[in-house]
Amino acid sequence: MSSATPPADDSRSLTRRTAAELAQMLRTRQVSSVEVVQAHLDRIHGTDPGERGVHAFLHVSADSALATAAAVDRARAAGEQLHPLAGVPVAVKDVMTTRGMPTTCGSRILDGWIPPYDATVVRNLRDARMPILGKTNMDEFAMGSSTEHSAFGPTRNPWDLDRIPGGSGGGSAAALAAFQAPLATGSDTGGSIRQPAAVTGTVGVKPTYGGVSRYGLVALASSLDQAGPCGRTVLDTALLHEVMAGHDPLDSTSLTDDVPDVVGAARNRDVAGLRIGVIRELSGDGCQPGVRARFDEATALLVEAGATLVDVECPSFTAALAAYYLILPSEASSNLAKFDAMRYGLRVRPEKVVDPTAEQVMAATRAAGFGDEVKRRIILGTYALSSGYYDAYYGSAQKVRTLIQRDFARAFENADVLVSPTAPTTAFRLGEKLEDPLAMYLNDVATIPANLAGVPAMSIPAGIADEDDLPVGFQILAPARADDRLYHVGAALETLLEVRRGGPLLDRAPEISSASVAR
Amino acid sequence: MTTTANGPGTLDEVLDYDTATAAFDPVMGLEVHVELNTVTKMFCGCPTEFGAEPNTQVCPVCLGLPGALPVLNRAGLESAVRIGLALNCRIAPLCRFARKNYFYPDMPKNFQTSQYDEPIAHDGWLDVELSDGEVYRVAIERAHMEEDTGKSLHVGGSTGRIHGADYSLVDYNRAGIPLIEIVTKPLTGAGERAPEVAKAYVSSLRDLLKGLGVSDVKMEQGSLRCDVNLSLRSRQDDDQMSVPLGTRSETKNVNSLRSIERAVRYEIKRHAARLRTGQKIVQETRHWHEDTGITTSGREKSDAEDYRYFPEPDLVPMQSDPEWVDSLRATIPEPPAERRRRLRAEWGFSEAELRDLINAGAVDLVAATIEAGATPAAARKWWSGELARQAKARGVDLCDLPITCEQVVELQGMVDAGRLTDTLARQVLDGVLAEEGGPEKVAAARGLSVVSDDSALGAAVDRAIEANPAVVKKILSGKTAATGALIGAVMRDMRGKADAARVKDLVLKRLVPQEGETDL
Repeated sequence: MSSATPPADDSRSLTRRTAAELAQMLRTRQVSSVEVVQAHLDRIHGTDPGERGVHAFLHVSADSALATAAAVDRARAAGEQLHPLAGVPVAVKDVMTTRGMPTTCGSRILDGWIPPYDATVVRNLRDARMPILGKTNMDEFAMGSSTEHSAFGPTRNPWDLDRIPGGSGGGSAAALAAFQAPLATGSDTGGSIRQPAAVTGTVGVKPTYGGVSRYGLVALASSLDQAGPCGRTVLDTALLHEVMAGHDPLDSTSLTDDVPDVVGAARNRDVAGLRIGVIRELSGDGCQPGVRARFDEATALLVEAGATLVDVECPSFTAALAAYYLILPSEASSNLAKFDAMRYGLRVRPEKVVDPTAEQVMAATRAAGFGDEVKRRIILGTYALSSGYYDAYYGSAQKVRTLIQRDFARAFENADVLVSPTAPTTAFRLGEKLEDPLAMYLNDVATIPANLAGVPAMSIPAGIADEDDLPVGFQILAPARADDRLYHVGAALETLLEVRRGGPLLDRAPEISSASVAR
Repeated sequence: MTTTANGPGTLDEVLDYDTATAAFDPVMGLEVHVELNTVTKMFCGCPTEFGAEPNTQVCPVCLGLPGALPVLNRAGLESAVRIGLALNCRIAPLCRFARKNYFYPDMPKNFQTSQYDEPIAHDGWLDVELSDGEVYRVAIERAHMEEDTGKSLHVGGSTGRIHGADYSLVDYNRAGIPLIEIVTKPLTGAGERAPEVAKAYVSSLRDLLKGLGVSDVKMEQGSLRCDVNLSLRSRQDDDQMSVPLGTRSETKNVNSLRSIERAVRYEIKRHAARLRTGQKIVQETRHWHEDTGITTSGREKSDAEDYRYFPEPDLVPMQSDPEWVDSLRATIPEPPAERRRRLRAEWGFSEAELRDLINAGAVDLVAATIEAGATPAAARKWWSGELARQAKARGVDLCDLPITCEQVVELQGMVDAGRLTDTLARQVLDGVLAEEGGPEKVAAARGLSVVSDDSALGAAVDRAIEANPAVVKKILSGKTAATGALIGAVMRDMRGKADAARVKDLVLKRLVPQEGETDL
């Protein structure tokens, strides 16, 4: 945590602050929540719109964020006991329902829908009195690794505005990297929190399945989806994790355990004696040289700090991508059936039909309202579940899932955490993989196993690839319910890397301004 | 061979019933959907009250809004297990929900949360008694949990169905109400009694569910709905087991006991007519028409219909711990058939007497009346006599008459004490049913009580003797049976309030003083 305190009117430096620093400044009344929120709104206004704007946000809720901030300031002035993050703004991925605020999931089919209820995660943010800056961009219904599948246009990577910010949660990751928000929520079905974190030089965590409520998280694949926190530092991410997590009686798959002490773990930087398992199947071939180099350096730093490296084999991981692309579309085809023009969202009357039936309206609406990637996966899933194919496809994929869980169980007998590069490459160029779905899918090869097994995983910045000067992500995985281990190892490595580098990685990102985005 | 109308332009031929069942053996499969009477819906906290304003008992979960998730209603699970136990089923120690995927506007998620290959209860049976006392054992394939859909109201057009309607309205109040679907195994061997068996099964099932207290079982409100699957196979083969089942038709939503019997009968006749002339049976759903007593073709239903079932990932598997199941087993009431055997012995009724009570739906009322203090004979007399007549006249069920079993006991007590004659008792009953109060109160308010004061009666007897000289002459000539006419005249004079036995005494004393009462 920085000890230097900027003048309160320096809005630029307010947006450079970590959430932990902002919380401290608010608590000691060095700055008001309204000032903090206004600084971030100004930053969003200056960097998000325009031809080459970051476009991290689909909706900015300035008025309600300022109102929450003002209420927090009044409460603090009145001496009320407040949550540590009260008044610290947050951005919410547009896949979570927000009462009275649009929720589109990046899809035309939900254009204009205002949910009548809050997701439990959003409720938790509001209960902590965190001002919600707005809703962040994403691949339509969280299907994609680049945000290029958003119906409302892609988000740009603040490190290079011609590159993708990852996906599906590219909006949240870019908002953090562009200093538009100190914290953001995400959802991770196969890497949608971690891969964007990796390619934007930020931190993202997919908690243990069931650790954070899915109520109000618009489902992609119910058995894989998990909401989680995104931040610029491991400690910030832990602070948000603590707000988001906990048992929710509205989600039958929610864990009843106490939330692990993730904040405490993020302050423990001693890794001496820890056994770090390097997953052989994910750490070698197929990685860009710069990714491999930063990964090896990071593991070497952990060893220097007293950890032991263990070579771990997870042979079933080679089938993970195939299993994932059967289970995900199968569940998605069913989850997305509800978008039928009957009750909410888009309704399209078919052309050239005088008196259309409900079925024709449904078909026309789904044809116009869903993008190509969504249709591709609905078709895949419908096929995989159809009678005669179920056993061969969905059934086999579930068996692979069991094998992957066994691989993890065996691996964690010999290692406290497992590690791998988060993504095999750095951020690719916008449009580069749009026409090649398989190449796009391969980007998630290292993140998918955690979702299939339900174990928690984190991505933290490992450095910059020599060949393209773009951020590289380092993935840490822990056994189910041991999310605290991620924060323990993540915070330790973050410190080791910062000491070596001489500061946070994002300090090395190019400056974006209204001028650069307007070009 | 006759024909009946089947929609515009088509006619279904039917064979006469006796010929049909002489040539073919019917095989039935009955699917009964029961709405549970839980206070809240299956997967959310919305109320389940029937008849509320459309779309007022809804929330994000039962409307299937994006992001909403189901949470299982434990009371629904408990009812499902109790139904399974009452149907002598095995209870699955571990089972899951599955999604049944298909598009329909009244289904909010476009999938129904149901159970597929892991039903909560399976492999049971229910003994049903036919009208002559014969018992048929219905084999139960499975009982599984699922959620109800919303309800579509098709406005305009002539059929009330979606086809041809101008527009449709959807009410989602019903969406998510817990249902149990009870499916029989193919029922064979009932022969020409198949329609009776079908009716008796649903009737027994209704009694059983009522006894369990898990459902309102009101067929007219749709809380119990029946689909009838029927096929025929040739009787020529000696070994019926080796004859493959024929193609079936599925008649949907047959919603009264009488209609079930009629629909089975009609389908047997229709199938037989087609098979006789070498035509194939089309596998399809059929609509039952209460008014005309026929079925018409609905949508064709082939095996190609694919619901793409898969385990519901939003719900965790259900574990039925054996101790819990045993504790529920202890709450299962005595099976209706056994209970009837026991009651008949206890009450000393003949088979015919008990069956009359069963058919009148009076068994429970009689039992409660006896419990409240009446003799079995008196309880039976009221419920199968005057009260049955009153219920029929009012067009309501016996149990819906505004009289309690305690009031029946009170009334009978007044008769036994000689304070009311049967005529007076019926008048008191009229008052009770008019909700004027209990028997004592009605009798007091209407001034209904037997007059046994000899001076008042004596004057009335004198008037009757004076007014009926011809009758008096007959009696005096020894035709003592004619006394009844005089008693009747006195009763009319006293407007029924006289004690008939006392009147008889007085008449005889006046006219035949030497003969004594023993002759009469």
